[in-house]
Amino acid sequence: MPRLEEHCWSCSCSPSVKTQELSSASWIVCKTGEMMSIITSVLRHAYGSMHSLQSANLMRRGLVLFIVGVVLALVLNLLQIQRNVTLFPEEVLDTLFSSAWWIPLCCGTAAAVVGLLYPCLDHHLGEPHKFKREWASVMRCIAVFVGINHASAKLDFANNVQLSLTLAALSLGLWWTFDRSRSGFGLGLTTAFLATLIAQLLVYNGIYQYTSPDFLYVRSWLPCIFFSGGVTVGNIGRQLAMGSTEKPHND
Amino acid sequence: MMVRERLRQNISAAFYRHGLLCASYPVPIILFTSASILTCCYPLLKLPLPGTGPVEFTTGVRDYSIPSHESPGDLSERPDWYQGPPVAYIQQVLVKAAVSPWDNSLVPVDVFRSPLGRVFSVLEEIRNHVYTDRSLEALCLQVTDLLPGLRRMQAVLPEHGCLLVSPGNYWQNRRDLFDADPDLLKTVHQHEPKGLHTSATLKDLLFGVPGKQTGVSLYNKKRVVTYTITIALSSYDARFVASLRARLKQLHPSANCTLREDHMVHVHFKEEIGIAELIPLVTTYIILFAYIYFSTRKIDMVKSKWGLALAAVVTVLSSLLMSVGLCTLFGLTPTLNGGEIFPYLVVVIGLENVLVLTKSVVSTPVDLEVKLRIAQGLSNESWSIMKNMATELCIILIGYFTFVPAIQEFCLFAVVGLVSDFFLQMFFFTTVLSIDIRRMELADLNRRLPAEAGMPPPKPGPLRPRETPPPPRPSPHTITLQAPAFRNLRLPKRLRVVYFLARTRLAQRIIMVGTVIWIGILVYTDPAGLRTLLAAQVSEQSPLGEAGLPPHLGVAPVFPGRDPTSTLSVLPAPEPTPLPENQSQGHRAARPEVVPVSSPQITWGPEDEELWRRLSFRHWPALFSYYNITLAKRYISILPVIPVTLHLSPQEAIDTRHPQDTHHAPPPSIKTSDLQADLTLYKVAALGLFAGVVLVLLLFCLYRVLCPRNYGQNGVPHGRRRRGDLPCDEYGYSPPISEISPLLLRGHSMDIECLASDGMLLASCCLARQIRVWDAQTGDCLTVIPNNGLRRSSSSGACEAESLLGADFREPGGGAVGRPDVDIFPIRRRTTPARPALFGDQPDLTPLIDTNFGSLPPSQTLSSSGFDFGGLVEKAYQEHETSPTLAFPPSPPPVLPPELPPQNNGDWDSSVWAMELRGNLIATGRSSGKLELWDAVEGSLRCSNEDGVSGITALAFLNNRIVAARLNGSLDFFTVEITKPLGLLQYRGPPGRGSLPPSPCYSSEDVISCQLTRSVQCAHQKQITVLKAAAGRVVTGSQDHTVRVYRLEDSCCLFTLQGHSGGITAIYIDQTMVLASGGQDGTICVWDVLTGSRVSHVYGHRGDVTSLVCTTSCIISSGLDDLICIWDRSTGIKLYSIQQEVGCGASLGVISESLLVTGGQGCVSFWDLNYGDLLQTVYLGQSSEGQSVRQLLVLDNAAIVCDFGNELSLVYVPSVLEKLD
Repeated sequence: MPRLEEHCWSCSCSPSVKTQELSSASWIVCKTGEMMSIITSVLRHAYGSMHSLQSANLMRRGLVLFIVGVVLALVLNLLQIQRNVTLFPEEVLDTLFSSAWWIPLCCGTAAAVVGLLYPCLDHHLGEPHKFKREWASVMRCIAVFVGINHASAKLDFANNVQLSLTLAALSLGLWWTFDRSRSGFGLGLTTAFLATLIAQLLVYNGIYQYTSPDFLYVRSWLPCIFFSGGVTVGNIGRQLAMGSTEKPHND
Repeated sequence: MMVRERLRQNISAAFYRHGLLCASYPVPIILFTSASILTCCYPLLKLPLPGTGPVEFTTGVRDYSIPSHESPGDLSERPDWYQGPPVAYIQQVLVKAAVSPWDNSLVPVDVFRSPLGRVFSVLEEIRNHVYTDRSLEALCLQVTDLLPGLRRMQAVLPEHGCLLVSPGNYWQNRRDLFDADPDLLKTVHQHEPKGLHTSATLKDLLFGVPGKQTGVSLYNKKRVVTYTITIALSSYDARFVASLRARLKQLHPSANCTLREDHMVHVHFKEEIGIAELIPLVTTYIILFAYIYFSTRKIDMVKSKWGLALAAVVTVLSSLLMSVGLCTLFGLTPTLNGGEIFPYLVVVIGLENVLVLTKSVVSTPVDLEVKLRIAQGLSNESWSIMKNMATELCIILIGYFTFVPAIQEFCLFAVVGLVSDFFLQMFFFTTVLSIDIRRMELADLNRRLPAEAGMPPPKPGPLRPRETPPPPRPSPHTITLQAPAFRNLRLPKRLRVVYFLARTRLAQRIIMVGTVIWIGILVYTDPAGLRTLLAAQVSEQSPLGEAGLPPHLGVAPVFPGRDPTSTLSVLPAPEPTPLPENQSQGHRAARPEVVPVSSPQITWGPEDEELWRRLSFRHWPALFSYYNITLAKRYISILPVIPVTLHLSPQEAIDTRHPQDTHHAPPPSIKTSDLQADLTLYKVAALGLFAGVVLVLLLFCLYRVLCPRNYGQNGVPHGRRRRGDLPCDEYGYSPPISEISPLLLRGHSMDIECLASDGMLLASCCLARQIRVWDAQTGDCLTVIPNNGLRRSSSSGACEAESLLGADFREPGGGAVGRPDVDIFPIRRRTTPARPALFGDQPDLTPLIDTNFGSLPPSQTLSSSGFDFGGLVEKAYQEHETSPTLAFPPSPPPVLPPELPPQNNGDWDSSVWAMELRGNLIATGRSSGKLELWDAVEGSLRCSNEDGVSGITALAFLNNRIVAARLNGSLDFFTVEITKPLGLLQYRGPPGRGSLPPSPCYSSEDVISCQLTRSVQCAHQKQITVLKAAAGRVVTGSQDHTVRVYRLEDSCCLFTLQGHSGGITAIYIDQTMVLASGGQDGTICVWDVLTGSRVSHVYGHRGDVTSLVCTTSCIISSGLDDLICIWDRSTGIKLYSIQQEVGCGASLGVISESLLVTGGQGCVSFWDLNYGDLLQTVYLGQSSEGQSVRQLLVLDNAAIVCDFGNELSLVYVPSVLEKLD
């Protein structure tokens, strides 16, 4: 299972990735194959180890989380692209949907994994998360997450350090406001670390690049985004696992 | 600490006073609040409306110089965007051309063919104009390629050269192509977009005037063609422009043209909002609405949920408006995009305080006055509200010190917003809440009055306020099916959504609103097109036509319709059609354009000065965007227009005709081109409609896909709610528990084993075999049976053990005393909270019990048989007739203890295994097989029956019949006979819930005898575990997996119901003959008692079903897996489940249709059955940790009784729970 997770993490890419060059087709094919194998193995694992009823529930949750991840990735990616947007919306949509088609998929998968991991971890640690367990709070959390992304994309800061520090403070505030659990913090940190690592590797290999990298190959605020993303998705996952009646499928 | 406490007290007191104030004077306060909102919002009127419309700034032409970047001192009227050079200077040459005089021999095409043809010569003139070696080429804005996506425009728009557009571009600026074109209109229209296009069209771009005004149409009544030649200059050379102007004017003089030429208009364009920008914005708004939805959904227990939700939203929104207004007032003009930060502001401010306030207020005791309730609720929450407020302000303050301008501005807004939100919450919302609560109390009052006036209802009112007429109480043997209307079904979400849609016609309304919005957007974004369309239609329909202008016809009777300001440049020489003599003056006044209709006149009016204003405001951005030049956040300067008047002679027009023009009858299709705008409107409407439908369908499909119908039989744990994370402890808030105080009934020395009640009296029996009778209303102990210490002596030294062990199975021999291994099991079972270890995760207990058995010496089987009550005992307890049953495997036939000599005073040495209370008779079944009837009031033994030898495990007392189930599986029917005719003297009150009709009170003089009427020896193969009686039926459930239904009168077995694959552990039957049974296999079966067929069968629990209760709409079951499941009774679909704490006990009770009560560790919890929300938890005692409630009895007077160690708890459910809807 750890290996499996490792793979999953390797898929998790930033919502804020800007693809400027596509690699060779073979790489993509390889990536897709890897992803499919991960998905099938996750499914097999899920089916093998759990009761069939539970796994159906798990699948449902996973699907919802995946959709949430994909939508968030698309929207936030758009936010990032927007800065140098032209007047032609068609152009933007083209670049959005053609160049980085696998990014939303990866993000969706990552969201599903993280969102399922959170309640699982809670269960194993035996400390069920009770803080503000309700959809309104989850919605607030998502809104703040989008706001953080918005800030990272739109605001003009004096320098990158200031931007990163502000975002880090915001992310911590997000965690404190909506999570406040040790496991959430730990998992968020792990998410941020692994995802940043993956992003670094991807950029190093030339899959894409950032316009003005200031933290090795990526932007320095990337870990903050990953951290808050992890906490947000975890929040959704926990709420889903709590099995409230429905998930609003609108974000 | 002291300071903190004092602060807290002060705050609380202040809030209390404030609450009193608000609730006392609601109307003045609301008026005051509205006034302050309006005042604060007043500065907003000065702000420009949000949107992307361009902003203008006008300067003079004479002393024009390019504005510098560093702003000079006189900033008074200069906008801040007016810096640096513009993107381009736009010079328009406005050409008005007409063929005059008009000749009747001319065909309609002539109206525009030759005037359009003249554009080429004018163009030539402009291109070749040179002023002191400066040509247009040097000055104009050079453009390169068109954007790649615009191939179709390539032939029309200029590339690689000057940006100079004119109608000539349709024909590549070549006269020969124009002359060869057989159908000019077709050429023009072929470039028009087919679909919906709200921004500038190509025709607008090339003609430079709105499509309606060009006059290029076969139905042009004025016969004047208007078009512009648009030149974009990259640099401004005043002398060149002036010379061009002079030259053109000289060539084509416009007589009397008084267009002003001294103003230059700079137009600044804001950032264009495209789809790309819109998507994140829409997403944030969707999240915002979801947040508001989920927040306001939690408002409960008020009169008008929607009203309060609206008030909450209004509070937040108007606080935001107030903050913006205040900021504007103090000179902080917002530079942030308001629409963008708005959702975040709402989220920061939040609705939480409002909800907490509501919750706190509604959970105050109802019997208080409204103002006191408001005040108390407010002061309860004052500390947390202030704390939250302070925290938020701190966070925002920290944000302010990031020194990032945008964040600082946001923080400033948020601070003002928070403060104004606080103000509004305290004044506006609190007042609205007080009004709402007052309304609710009034409504309650109205509702309760008729109920009190009528007969005492069978189920006394207070708990079921809203219930429509209570189901008619059938006589025991008739069956009335519940009318479906009475059902307060908790439908599945899916159905409820559908019903909701159907009820409110939401889809239609959404579509309608969507269409309206769409049209609104259209009007807003393309004002020119629509407005001109409307204007044209108005002018066509108006009988006055164009001539609203001439009020002074008498002065110029020959040329009516002439405006004094707009003079004719050239008078068309003689009137071709002179005015008929016979036309009256008045007639002429009415239809003045009759005359000029035939003679086109070219007029110049002030409206021609800035004709570009009538274009779509996207006109210029669109033109420039084709060359990838963005105008967003930049500006262009529009130079005063150069008027050019062209007059063509009819001969010229005829000369330029294309051969086809004369044959060219006006094609009917042209009609459509006139109506094109109309059609566009319809298209828009249709499209909007279609989009709405698609959206709704899409949402519906998504809903279906993602919420499959997978609950039900193989129920996914669907709506699990953990007890720990309940809606009540968000924000660390939990409702005050003081309002429900349990009444402890003390007196028993040991744990209470049996409980029975008939509504008025309450009988309990403890391990010490003492029966106490209590008044169920007051909790007074009425009788103690026996009231002496006699029994102590007989049960020798076993007392010590007894207090720990399950004494109900303790045998009188005292054999249990000395054996530690026997002691262990019961101790584990009874007194420690370790029950989960035993029962929590182990579905089947039989193996465990078997091993226990094996460990015992065979010689002890006799006495130890009593210890083998497994989980079944537990299950049986929570039913209101206690029926301890044996769960041990069939191995040893339960041999009963030696009979003791019957005593007059009853049998004190065998324990009471079952007890029933009816009227004032207590029926007790003892382990010795003896059935006794006691007088509940006097405490005397009225009769006893010793026909059976096997211990009575369960009793049912119905009318005058008693049914006893015995340990050996036999079923005895007794009849209580009273020698004196049974006096139906008085009713002791309404009967027990869902069981029996009122039973008579036996007076003490009667001689009561109890006779065995029938004994069914082998009622079941194995021991009977459950016995229930209602509606003339006796239902037994047994370890042999079957349920049997007997008729009460003749003891005849009606059905044997088979369907479980384990022993029966719980049965529910009520007056309406609903029969449900649950077994050790975790299944729940619902049976039709009339036919004996199985209605539904659901797999409910992992492990035994421990108790079952039905309401009219649902079935509630609890199991060993600590789950309480709520099922829909008619469909068998699981509605939701409640996860209880481990070992929380399986006791259940239903107080009303919507109120469920469950026992827990030292507490009882009330749940809203409709939503599965925890309403309240009542703790029974201080030292209650270890004890769990095992039996729970719901009385009629809205009280519940539960056992609690050696105490009984009588909990009155307060009337606050009435407010459940």
